[in-house]
Amino acid sequence: MSKHSLPKVAPFDPISAPDFLPPGQLRELQFTRLKNVVALAFERVALFRSRMSERGLAPDDIQCLEDITQLPFCVKTDLRDGYPFGLFACPMTEIVRLHASTGTTGKPIVVAYTQQDIDVWTNVMCRSFAACGLHRGDIIQNAYGYGLFTGGLGAHYGAEALGATVIPISGGNTQRQIMVLKDFNVTAICCTPSYFLHIIDQASEMGVKLKDLPLRAGVFGAEPWTEAMRQRIQQESGIKAYDIYGLSEIIGPGVAMECPCQAGPHIFEDYFYPEVIDPATNEPCPDGVEGELVLTTLSKHAMPMIRYRTRDITALTSEPCGCGRTLRRIKRISRRSDDMIIIRGVNVYPSQIETALLKVEGALPHYQIILTRQRGLDEMEVQVEVTETVFSDTVGGLEQLQARLTKSVETTTGLRPTIRLIQPHSIQRSEGKAKRVIDQRKM
Amino acid sequence: MKLKQLSLFLENKPGALSAPVKILAGAKINILTLSIAEAQQYGILRLVVRDWESAKKLLEKNGLLVKVTDVLAIEVADRPGGLAEVLKVLEAAGINLEYMYAFTLKRGRKGMLLFRFDDPDKAIAVLQEHKINVVGNAELLQRLED
Repeated sequence: MSKHSLPKVAPFDPISAPDFLPPGQLRELQFTRLKNVVALAFERVALFRSRMSERGLAPDDIQCLEDITQLPFCVKTDLRDGYPFGLFACPMTEIVRLHASTGTTGKPIVVAYTQQDIDVWTNVMCRSFAACGLHRGDIIQNAYGYGLFTGGLGAHYGAEALGATVIPISGGNTQRQIMVLKDFNVTAICCTPSYFLHIIDQASEMGVKLKDLPLRAGVFGAEPWTEAMRQRIQQESGIKAYDIYGLSEIIGPGVAMECPCQAGPHIFEDYFYPEVIDPATNEPCPDGVEGELVLTTLSKHAMPMIRYRTRDITALTSEPCGCGRTLRRIKRISRRSDDMIIIRGVNVYPSQIETALLKVEGALPHYQIILTRQRGLDEMEVQVEVTETVFSDTVGGLEQLQARLTKSVETTTGLRPTIRLIQPHSIQRSEGKAKRVIDQRKM
Repeated sequence: MKLKQLSLFLENKPGALSAPVKILAGAKINILTLSIAEAQQYGILRLVVRDWESAKKLLEKNGLLVKVTDVLAIEVADRPGGLAEVLKVLEAAGINLEYMYAFTLKRGRKGMLLFRFDDPDKAIAVLQEHKINVVGNAELLQRLED
């Protein structure tokens, strides 16, 4: 890539230095840290010790980075079974913070941090903001929820460490969000992509033109979204929409972050070691091949995670990025194996439906998938909110729209849905993660 | 010459029609004429009011989806063949009629119908050429006062 085709980035921020480590040095660092974390988990966490012993493994068997593939996996139910403090590797006297997952089913999962863990988290979040060109002087509106959810505090500490001004507004009260965006000359916002879409709609209703505001970057994550959704957000708001990736089990947001090339999030590999495996065989996938992302925390003290299966489907790439970072990238995560729905035996991801709906002219971003079973057969209804641009005063016009949407979903998924056009604002807006699927089938 | 019609998207469920009607009633906005087109899952309420701009703002503020369409109010003789004469002129000019409905207003031996054409400007030209009266906004309001 020639010098002239490099994307325009903000002046180099020293905080980003570890993003550019020579690969050899990075691997060496990862290996040292891996040995340490395996030793710690073996010594302090009963579950890891017993699983390793079952395989006849001891920490000393880790002789090189590739030996990681011999280690046992850890899954979400391990955390749930250990509720609340089962997997902690430190006494409570060293733990300075607890967070918990939203826990959509049953008990939440609890995660813990020592002061050192918080410092690492702050560092990766700070580097995340720097990666998308934010720096001292930027005004960051943090609309991730503050509380047990990791989004709010994670972004908060990182933005402060960057030297930016943080507005800890948390989620909700959209009108106030827009007032603050406008009145405080906010330059960047953090929230879920679906919530920002709601902000776009509300701003237009309030007569606020987002394109005229100083707002230039959005740090969007905490839920799967599609490239089509990014394009729509960027077109409608005039900002750059960056994909941030993370999960509480590993640390929270800041496991991976996009650079201005927007070519998939870079994993902060000095702290998190990524693998992609075929979920059916548990064998590693080659570079560029999709599978389940497996992460190992290389420096976590309070709650080390070794080979944690994220359920997120992605591919790892070590191809050089235009930004010069040596950190490997993952493909944008638009689906989780947990989100997969099986309709009449066909595997469907909500993101496929989203892409199909956005493909149709006059794209409709607010949708919900309702699954029912009638006379033993699965039925998929996609409820789509009608917008002013696509609304027609003739029945024929709306029928054409329905037909186009039906065809687009059918082409993408192979299933013929019932498209139901519904009033604007009738799907409940989420201030956090959007609820895309309502499964009313009685299994 | 052209009138502004408001079209509202209504879901097919109880109370869907009364919501906008109540909103307009609350603001003392009188509906001059209306029609409903219904499909299986939804309907389209089309209506004409005096001050369409403030009615649109008010309905949208209440979360309703409103589209503004140009329609023509055309005087039609109230006798057998009255409508046929008007349609003949339009058909001959190749103007496509999307839908129509009536006004309750009547003057002399003439009624008034509301037409939605794909090309309202061309329709106006053709109708005027054939001396068929297209009632504009000012005249409509005048008649309402009478």
